[in-house]
Amino acid sequence: MTPLAAYLLVSALLFAIGFAGALTRRNSILVLVGVELMLNAANLNFLAFWRYGPNPEALTGVMFVLFAIAVAAAEAAVGLALIIAIYRHYCSSNVEDVATMKG
Amino acid sequence: MASLDQIFVTLKEQLVQLFPAVLQPYVGVLLSIVAIMAVFPGIFALTTVVERKLLARFQNRPGPNRVGIPLTKIRLAGFGQFAADGIKSLTKEDIIPRNADRKVHFIAPFVLVVPAFLALSVLPIGRNMTALDFPETGLLFFFAIGAATELSVFMAGWSSRNKYSLLGAMRGIAQMLSYEIPLILSSLTVVMMVGSLSLVTIVERQTSVQWGFFHSWHVFTPWGFAGFLLFLTAACAEANRTPFDLPEAESELVAGYFTEYSGFKFALFFLGEYLGMFAISGVAISLFLGGWSAPFTFLDWVPSWLWFFGKLFAFILFFIWLRGTLPRLRVDQLMNLAWKFMLPMCLLNLLVVGVWHFTAEWNELLRWSLATVLLAGPYWLFSRSFEARFKPRTYRYAADSPAAPVVAPVAPQVPI
Amino acid sequence: MNFIFAILAGLTVGAAFAAMTLRNLVHCALCLTVSLIGLALLYLQLGAEFAGFVQVLVYVGAVAILILFAVLLTRGGEAPVGRITNSLGAGLLVAAAVFGVLAWAIIGSSALKALPKETPQPALLVKAVGDKLMGEFVLPLQGIALLLTAALLGAVVIAMREKSSPAGVAVDSRSATRNP
Repeated sequence: MTPLAAYLLVSALLFAIGFAGALTRRNSILVLVGVELMLNAANLNFLAFWRYGPNPEALTGVMFVLFAIAVAAAEAAVGLALIIAIYRHYCSSNVEDVATMKG
Repeated sequence: MASLDQIFVTLKEQLVQLFPAVLQPYVGVLLSIVAIMAVFPGIFALTTVVERKLLARFQNRPGPNRVGIPLTKIRLAGFGQFAADGIKSLTKEDIIPRNADRKVHFIAPFVLVVPAFLALSVLPIGRNMTALDFPETGLLFFFAIGAATELSVFMAGWSSRNKYSLLGAMRGIAQMLSYEIPLILSSLTVVMMVGSLSLVTIVERQTSVQWGFFHSWHVFTPWGFAGFLLFLTAACAEANRTPFDLPEAESELVAGYFTEYSGFKFALFFLGEYLGMFAISGVAISLFLGGWSAPFTFLDWVPSWLWFFGKLFAFILFFIWLRGTLPRLRVDQLMNLAWKFMLPMCLLNLLVVGVWHFTAEWNELLRWSLATVLLAGPYWLFSRSFEARFKPRTYRYAADSPAAPVVAPVAPQVPI
Repeated sequence: MNFIFAILAGLTVGAAFAAMTLRNLVHCALCLTVSLIGLALLYLQLGAEFAGFVQVLVYVGAVAILILFAVLLTRGGEAPVGRITNSLGAGLLVAAAVFGVLAWAIIGSSALKALPKETPQPALLVKAVGDKLMGEFVLPLQGIALLLTAALLGAVVIAMREKSSPAGVAVDSRSATRNP
């Protein structure tokens, strides 16, 4: 196995773990944690392709990672603020308790 | 004198030569680590005694003056105290609260101490003397490592299951997060000017000679001076030193997040706090005060590492002086200072650095006055909030406002 | 190199697994932090020093702390009683299917095999990153600045306490008690 494939496999595993967590955990904070893990798995992919790809001096992978980190930080801030606001309203942070819109 | 300057570098090289070639790089790293792990805890031990003695002098009492060499009459003016303290904390019972989260409670002190050592190892403590040199990202590494402090504070405060610990931890994290922004922004000025994140390069850039007799430290420029003051204030808050020691306020929170720690782990927290203070002072020295360089060219014969440690001691004494002088801030004052004063000043300072960079060909006097005006005017406006500047100052509890009828309280007649 | 990679990958994946399976939310968040540090070390292993340290600074210094704060503010400090998962089987099935497809694609890919097996370590110069940010990527940079500002304002507005008392009644308890 090439080093690139190894990195990609680790990243895929990380993505799957984050995905499973985001789908199955009841607590909304952990859903957010799962999403963060998935984003980070994508970042690892970008960097692995930058390192082993054909054109590293373009720095595209690194740039993508830097922007993704900034976006993820914004996402975490807004997401957690939403969770706290919802908690104030429903006194619960479980995703299934917030289902009043469900038909 | 050049040999004395490089004595530790040559010593290390000689020692490394004793080992087989395969091991040499590892031995070199190991030697640097051992040196860092020996020198800075030594300074820590000295600082604890100096701090207690100096604070005692400030408060007009003798302070520790007994412990010397055991079984003799030599008292060393109390400088044996650190050994007594160390033995005491090592032999104390290690108490873990019954409800505590044992694993997190155990890990927290190490999360504080290990990054502190790592942060210390990127400092250029002398010419060619940097244990862990990141030529591209030295300063970024320092700030990234500093993030672990907040984590440790949280772990300690949460795992103790004590409301004072948790309150202290929450205060501590809020304070550190708030002051990290001015800290990074004020050091960014230097990065902009030097064009490098490497602390070694930053120090070397400050060794150039100006007007024939002094080295061009960054603190000798308007933006550098403002940046230095901002950095120093933020560093004080990051290190939880006294005007900003709310997280561990003894008189209200017992000891904040390490209330429930005792014995060796308490000693580790204590060590970690002081190492953090040394590290952040070291960065301030490297960024603004010329690192290991002498202030004047005729003092260049003094070994470079002596300059660094001399400046470090000056910083330690300054922090002790502050502790003996200033009262503690309130939480709202703390936050107001960070967000309403330091953050705008830091952003402004970035602008001034830009102006300074682009006016390099101007007349020095014109350049200086422009930068000073750009900094001093907003300082005057920000130093109390805008509206307070243009209104007479009012006091919340003083009954001198014309709207309310002044009723003189009947003072109880106390016989003197 | 391979040995270090195996350790780091194991640390990252193991901590991520723990973060998604532990009961206590604070433990989950701390495990997430370990996983993110492991990822940063993997970035260092890839030669992207700058990205690795930025990762530690942003994720460990800000996002992890934010998550911990959110856990405590929603009273998640104690381990929950009862079930912690929801439709476990279906979720695991979907995730396993995703991993299977990804792994199959990675291992079977002909494009990956066409790449040279060992390439020289590319240098990641901070100066080059800065030039790129200020040149080619200046528009995305401005966009990020706007996004961060919007996120800051949005987070403040969302998390601000709703004023429940009707207008005219003093909301601030301090101002009510100030004048005896």
